[in-house]
Amino acid sequence: MIPETGVPRLLSGCRTKHDKVRGNWVLLAPERAIKLDDIGAAILAETDGTRSLGAILDALATKYNAPRDQISGDVITFLESLRDRRMLEVA
Amino acid sequence: MDAPTPQTEPMPTITYGPPIAMLAEVTHRCPLSCPYCSNPLELTKRDGELSTEIWVDVFRQAAELGVLQMHLSGGEPASRRDLEDMITACRDHDLYSNLITSGIGLTEKRMVELKKRGLDHVQLSLQGVDAEMADLIGGYKGGYSRKMQVAEWTTALDLPLTLNAVVHEKNIDRLPEMIDLAVAMGARRLEVATVQFHGWADKNRAALMPTREQAKLCGQRVAEARERLKGVLVIDYVPADHHADYPKPCMGGWGSTGLNVVPDGRVMPCHAAHTIPHLVFDNVKDRPLADIWEHSSAFNAYRGFDWMPEPCRSCDRKTRDFGGCRCQAMALTGDAAATDPVCIKSPMHAQLQAMAQADAEGDGELTYRTMPT
Ligand code: SF4
Ligand code: SF4
Repeated sequence: MIPETGVPRLLSGCRTKHDKVRGNWVLLAPERAIKLDDIGAAILAETDGTRSLGAILDALATKYNAPRDQISGDVITFLESLRDRRMLEVA
Repeated sequence: MDAPTPQTEPMPTITYGPPIAMLAEVTHRCPLSCPYCSNPLELTKRDGELSTEIWVDVFRQAAELGVLQMHLSGGEPASRRDLEDMITACRDHDLYSNLITSGIGLTEKRMVELKKRGLDHVQLSLQGVDAEMADLIGGYKGGYSRKMQVAEWTTALDLPLTLNAVVHEKNIDRLPEMIDLAVAMGARRLEVATVQFHGWADKNRAALMPTREQAKLCGQRVAEARERLKGVLVIDYVPADHHADYPKPCMGGWGSTGLNVVPDGRVMPCHAAHTIPHLVFDNVKDRPLADIWEHSSAFNAYRGFDWMPEPCRSCDRKTRDFGGCRCQAMALTGDAAATDPVCIKSPMHAQLQAMAQADAEGDGELTYRTMPT
């Protein structure tokens, strides 16, 4: 499990882009284009490679006015799924 | 050079979502001569290739149409001296660029430049796990060691590396070594693709068809390695469909997710569509890409489900596998609209299995692809 002090970072060759044609955000990675829902896009918008998971959770909780412990599970699951697929690392 | 391609008649419009990926086969030239190359037997010559300007414009059109990923392939794309400009064009139009290469023709200087121009990802083909096997299959002496160099430059530049290994009778048993090699080389992904019998591979069925037992073991080994290497190496696996009961979903549905532009500018729904003789392909030199995507008769030929005969028409799996591969149906039954003989419901299924068995037991000399001039 990613600790709150861990700093998640998208690996090289993995980047988000706003898909104008389809009107949503996507994560582009080797051989993959993953459509992001609003939550995924919001998480990756905060994942800048310098902030810790804890700081990302704080930011999301404030920005979306949501209880921190309620969103943390989803955020961690999402980031871990990207880590398992070699799109993200945690320093 | 090719004669200008005739344009297709206007067709009733079938609206599809935009394509996600485009395969740009920028040249058929290649220093290697793999016996399973999916290029057509009739290779386009250098003077028949599209110019830099046209490719750059096609990339712009593709991005506007909704393409997200641009796969630059061939032949060997590094055989084009303007590869760097093509990468710039991808970056200018915010396309994710993937270089599909054998590594031959790339130098350290070129790699640094490609990275600078915005290259996103390198996919390196692997013909074998040692120089002897790799150079035998690739038909190019010294190819293996140069490939290893390219892999080193790639990871040193922090570009993501995928290795693509086509597995067949002669190398499938060495999968564990391929997996170890991929990890040692710092690859993030490994594609293990069982040989598909289109293009040149069809000439080499007896030499390349793995046995049912080989295919089964390969699948088990992939499953084991995926578990063991979670978070280290992602493994994508294309199983041997000749030994399966149901076909693969062809391209996620004909003309629904991707398109392929060949060296002379013709646009095809898949890299093997040229094997279906009655299809007429439009050319980017004559028509806008969006118009071709929507109206080209080749794209509309097998879109949706209306074209399907029985048993596919009334089968509930049709939305999952789209009746299988059209090119395979063509090659094995002579009718591109037929149910893919890989399917257990196809009247040809038993015959296909017998043939696959015979080919698997058979051996043969390799027939190498040749070089266009
Ligand atoms: S018809 Fe489909 S599966 Fe067959 S070669 Fe073409 S894309 Fe691939
Ligand atoms: S009958 Fe056609 S649709 Fe049904 S499983 Fe076979 S190939 Fe797929």
